[in-house]
Amino acid sequence: MSELKTGARFKSAVCDGEIMVVTSPGGEVDLTCGGATMVDAGADAERVDINPDHAVGIVIGKRYINADETLEVLCVKAGEGSLAVNGELLLQKDTKKLPKTD
Amino acid sequence: MMLLEMTSGAFPDRIAFTDGSSGQSLTYAQLFEAARARAATVRSSEAQRLVKLDVSNLGTPISLFTSAWAGVPYVPLNYRLTDDEIEALLKRVTPAYLVTEPKRIDRLGAVNDVATIETAAFVDDQHHLETIADAWSMDPDDVAVLLFTSGTTGEPKAAVLRHKHLVSYILTSVEFASADDDDAALVCVPPYHIAGIAAVLSSVYSGRHVVQLPNFTAEAWIDLARKHRISTAFVVPTMLARIVDALEGQSSADMPHLRSLSYGGGKMPLSVIEKAMKLFPDTDFSNAYGLTETSSTIAVLGPEEHREAEAATDENLRRRLVSVGQALPGVEIEIRDDEGNLLAPGQRGEIYVRGEQVSGEYEGRGSVTDAQGWFPTRDAGSMDEEGYLFLEGRADDVIVRGGENLSPGEIEDLLLTHPTVLDAAVVGIPDEQWGEGVAAAVVARKGATIDPAELQAFVLEHLRSSRVPQLVEVWDELPYNETGKLLRRVVKARLSES
Repeated sequence: MSELKTGARFKSAVCDGEIMVVTSPGGEVDLTCGGATMVDAGADAERVDINPDHAVGIVIGKRYINADETLEVLCVKAGEGSLAVNGELLLQKDTKKLPKTD
Repeated sequence: MMLLEMTSGAFPDRIAFTDGSSGQSLTYAQLFEAARARAATVRSSEAQRLVKLDVSNLGTPISLFTSAWAGVPYVPLNYRLTDDEIEALLKRVTPAYLVTEPKRIDRLGAVNDVATIETAAFVDDQHHLETIADAWSMDPDDVAVLLFTSGTTGEPKAAVLRHKHLVSYILTSVEFASADDDDAALVCVPPYHIAGIAAVLSSVYSGRHVVQLPNFTAEAWIDLARKHRISTAFVVPTMLARIVDALEGQSSADMPHLRSLSYGGGKMPLSVIEKAMKLFPDTDFSNAYGLTETSSTIAVLGPEEHREAEAATDENLRRRLVSVGQALPGVEIEIRDDEGNLLAPGQRGEIYVRGEQVSGEYEGRGSVTDAQGWFPTRDAGSMDEEGYLFLEGRADDVIVRGGENLSPGEIEDLLLTHPTVLDAAVVGIPDEQWGEGVAAAVVARKGATIDPAELQAFVLEHLRSSRVPQLVEVWDELPYNETGKLLRRVVKARLSES
């Protein structure tokens, strides 16, 4: 369980996947990838086996959200595991057409 | 760094930057490795800022990412300032690692706590240390960039932009890897301006090749746009005016690859955008409004909105062609009066903005955002019923004549509709009777002759008598700076002397 600070980076314990927190619901939550709790990107993590029910994978550059959109993360490195918070699988956020600025 | 890390991981061999004047290029992988190697050098120098002082070149993106990797703020300085002004700014950011052109090294290297390196040496692979830097700091609260904003009075203020502001702006306005292999952006805004920094970051995150044009001329812009099949570009209004002028006589710009052209940094005259839309009929135009303190863009008038406004017959909808659009997602904009009260649509006041990309912080002065996070832009404007924002100039430009507040923008807009007038600037000049009097400097259209008395009668006909300029001078051109801003204090000084 950990508090997800905006801008914080976490990595998967089952694959190469890494994410950055964009919006956070606050409070302590269990953020998992491939069923295993994600660790701080700067820390070392022992690889564990992937949970086959959490194995759709994540794609670099895509955002993932929970059902009520209180949590949003950006995939910084692709991986085989799927993201979940407190056991609830995250959904890939739809890419709306963004206005051209620069 | 994360933005570059993601792109260089996905497209290591795609060309990231090309120096339009030298033809030299860098791939994303090379840019990433260059930042890593130079970060080690910067860290070992114990500098607390990386300062860059010269025109756009490959050293520009390298130094931006090197500073991010090394964990020190990036400080691009305006090379158009005087030597004394530059030295004064440099002294405010020591200990510094300074990347600059050879002719500046002697004088600036003599400043205490400044380590210097020539840009060419900095870019060249031979000059980095054998050791490479380890991981970069990932604290989003770290300061990423310090940008000195020009003030009309007093010392320039150093706007503080932290990684979280810039990343928030990029993530909400750019889709990762959205650029194709053949996309290319032409960037000609100066590297010491927020638009220049935003262009580097958004291009890197979208994976879009950037061609740099260090010294703008309309001819060079047109040549590079055709040569590199540029698909997107950003210009300031005066540049677009010059480009449109250079294409005079041609029925089309002949740039079928140019899918989008964005502009901002100043007011776009209606006649220029109308002409441009005809010369580039298949190009999407966007007007982006933003400030240094807001990590650049906060409102955009998009391509469809340009087309709808241009085609509209209803005056209120047509008028939107000169608006700066609606607020970006995640950004709130309000118009408030002098006391801070919210104003209704259509009413003119000061523009306030709130959002995650808004910093509003200045070094040594803390933040000027209020307790609810609202930042006063010091820009005057109004919004229509649907939230379309119209700029009316700086709040400080107000002319106070006999106790009445007059907006120069209102008078300038009117003068610009006169058939003989190409450009106009209206300022307040000292007046014994009124405190300030209204004065105008105007530029004639090609082939036209301006009659000052005729313009005064024109203003009287359409606006109240207090708006009539007591002095109208015809000039060959108005003074603008490199980022497209009208230098009002110069106009004011010259007109006051008359």
